[in-house]
Amino acid sequence: MDLIYTAAQTQFRAEVRDWLKAHIPAAPLPSFDTDVGFAAHREWEKTLAQGDFGMVTWPKEFGGRGCDLIDWLIFEEEYYRAGAPLRVNQNGIFLLGPTLMEYGTPAQKKRFISAMASGSEMWAQGWSEPGAGSDMAAIRCRADRDGDEFVINGQKIWSTRAVFADWVFCLLRTDPESSRHHGLSFILVPLDAPGVTVRPIPQLNGLPGFAEIFFDDVRVSDFNLIGEEGGGWAIAMATAGFERGLMLRSPARFQQASKRLVELYRQRQNDILDLSIEDSVVRCYMDAEAYALSTYQTASRLINNGAIGPESSCNKIFWSELDLSIHETAMSLLGAKAEIEPSSPDADQQLSNWLDGFLFAQSGPIYAGTNEIQRNIIAERMLGMPRR
Amino acid sequence: MNFTFNDDQLLFRDSVRDLLSNEVTAERIRQRWDSDSGVDSAALQSLVDLGLTAALVPEEQGGLGLNTVDFILIAEECGRAALPEPIVDSCLVATPMLVDADRALEGSDSRLGELLQAIASGDQTVLCGPSINPYINFAHSADYLLLPHGNEVHLVAIDAVQLELQTSVDLSRRLSKVSWQPRSETCIARGEMGADLWRSTLNRGALANAAQLLGLSEAMVARSVQFATDREQFGRPIGVNQAVKHLLADCAVKAEFAKPAIYRAAYTVAVAPTRADWSVSHAKASAGDAARAASRNCTQVHGAMGYTWECDLHIWMKRAWTLDREWGDAGFHKNRIHEWLLQPNALLGPQYTFGRRHLGDAVNPTIAV
Ligand SMILES: Cc1cc2nc3c(=O)[nH]c(=O)nc-3n(C[C@H](O)[C@H](O)[C@H](O)COP(=O)(O)OP(=O)(O)OC[C@H]3O[C@@H](n4cnc5c(N)ncnc54)[C@H](O)[C@@H]3O)c2cc1C
Repeated sequence: MDLIYTAAQTQFRAEVRDWLKAHIPAAPLPSFDTDVGFAAHREWEKTLAQGDFGMVTWPKEFGGRGCDLIDWLIFEEEYYRAGAPLRVNQNGIFLLGPTLMEYGTPAQKKRFISAMASGSEMWAQGWSEPGAGSDMAAIRCRADRDGDEFVINGQKIWSTRAVFADWVFCLLRTDPESSRHHGLSFILVPLDAPGVTVRPIPQLNGLPGFAEIFFDDVRVSDFNLIGEEGGGWAIAMATAGFERGLMLRSPARFQQASKRLVELYRQRQNDILDLSIEDSVVRCYMDAEAYALSTYQTASRLINNGAIGPESSCNKIFWSELDLSIHETAMSLLGAKAEIEPSSPDADQQLSNWLDGFLFAQSGPIYAGTNEIQRNIIAERMLGMPRR
Repeated sequence: MNFTFNDDQLLFRDSVRDLLSNEVTAERIRQRWDSDSGVDSAALQSLVDLGLTAALVPEEQGGLGLNTVDFILIAEECGRAALPEPIVDSCLVATPMLVDADRALEGSDSRLGELLQAIASGDQTVLCGPSINPYINFAHSADYLLLPHGNEVHLVAIDAVQLELQTSVDLSRRLSKVSWQPRSETCIARGEMGADLWRSTLNRGALANAAQLLGLSEAMVARSVQFATDREQFGRPIGVNQAVKHLLADCAVKAEFAKPAIYRAAYTVAVAPTRADWSVSHAKASAGDAARAASRNCTQVHGAMGYTWECDLHIWMKRAWTLDREWGDAGFHKNRIHEWLLQPNALLGPQYTFGRRHLGDAVNPTIAV
């Protein structure tokens, strides 16, 4: 155990810090769930790519730097510390990217990864359906083989940022006779293909952060099939592993938020506060640290040829509940002013950020596998409790 | 940067775990309850043979020269086994205090070096009684006690103190209130040196309990998983019910995230024990939280059985209750963190998880390393 950064790691941190300082947009970008905001965030992804900071852990040939996971953590720390824009293409870079690296053919990698890394193609995730939420194996949306093409019919829902994205990676039923997790395939679909209709769904903040996607005889080449036909479930599970395991929510995000919480608390410290606030602030800070430490531990283990174990299913519950606590505590500290919308004369950046974060935190325990499902997974796979 | 244990550390952990699971069974723990000393000498001797008492003694004094990181997994195992003997208190807390004192005095007090040799060989035992703890566990079984008088550290032979036994809710514990008179020949450190020694010792004690609390939590959850698999109601194991699953999953999440806090604290204590307040308090508060949750939820999972004397669960649960309050309770440790968070110069934010060394600045005075 050695908890001191190497000279090279320190050097890398300094490089990231300097680069971000020189390149971060002067004013915060508008929400990426608006037309203008999405375009601005896409530009930012391109800027990142030009600095080779799009996805530092990826191999050089795909626009990365071949960094290890500790460097990734350092990058993320500096990224959140600097208040850089949120990653509009997280579905692509955190979920599909690693999936393609593992399961894509060389031609598929060449076609999709670089475009993703360079910020020119934005991705949405199309797994959930009206009848297939927690029970994802109930997927019905079909992709019927026709020669070297698939013909897609059906519907997806809750697809994050599909309103503005270019592509969606789907889990589709390619074997009409199959049921449950058999006969599903992992297929990439361009959202501008004829027969695709995207219907925005406004979220709690009123913006169209996700969408329904309807497929009506949509034809895609079987080049877009990732892995084996009918083998999509295992690939999707691996993708979900990246999502819950490590990448989706880097610890720096919560450390930065809990730091802002402490600052807010210091401002209000002499006011009359809810009696639980002291405790909540301390807990939030501790938990954000714990999540960071846990990620460093996992990263170190992976670097030393270890594997992500079933205990990684604890992550998602921990960060989503932490995010809720941080924002609930901040709302308490802001008191009756917390409700002020960004468009109000009295609103300022601080109020708006907290309200926005508070609204978004409500979804954390739901997306990426609800926390109830995670608890089932922990009980059954990590603790070994009986399924039935 | 490498936040893993090495093979030697894991191997040491495994051999201690194996030994404890054979030698320290619930049945043998209950036998101790009926004895005066509360000690199982056979079990104790096998731990000495494995090198536990020698672990943190420097090699020059016949020890293994290991550090807190090497021993932290051992402390966890002692918790998992609910080991009654105060091995962790003596090896991970009192021994390093003597080592620190001997170093600070540059070996000028020969009593310390000799005592460390006797500790390494298992011939003598030392425990410490910081002012934060009202009682010393197993004081009667020690040869010497390290006791505070203001900032002074006194090394007092057991026959020079009076012990008043108290009965703990955890019958494995043997608490004593200690009465004694400070004398100049027993004083081994004073002033700033004494204050530093007590500060480090408080951190080591809290860390030692945190690690044991983690082991206790995991042991309670493991027992409850077994119980929930074996016990049937409505024609199937109670463990198939989500209400039961989720009680235990919640415990697992808490334990899982107490872990890295404990390991970071172990590292920080190994490198700079006087500057480990923040990381130790984090470890102790989160491990206590995990252990309290495990105690409550695991009793619930056991139904009425969990409320009986016969069911072994309370061996672990009562230990968890007591260790959670010793060496500073949750309030003490959260207050230390709270105080630190309010310091205008506290280094907060994602880049300071491991202090500020990486920025080439001076070592962070609060977190160290
Ligand atoms: C902000 C946001 C973004 C999202 N982005 C995407 C995306 O990009 N792509 C995509 O495909 N999907 C996305 N989703 C959908 C998400 O994956 C689903 O919402 C999630 O899987 C839950 O499904 P559901 O909403 O149908 O809830 P349901 O499955 O209907 O669950 C409702 C409630 O019942 C509980 N429940 C259900 N089954 C069980 C069980 N077996 N045991 C215990 N409790 C149970 C759930 O935990 C939950 O509390 C997103 C969701 C949100 C909120």
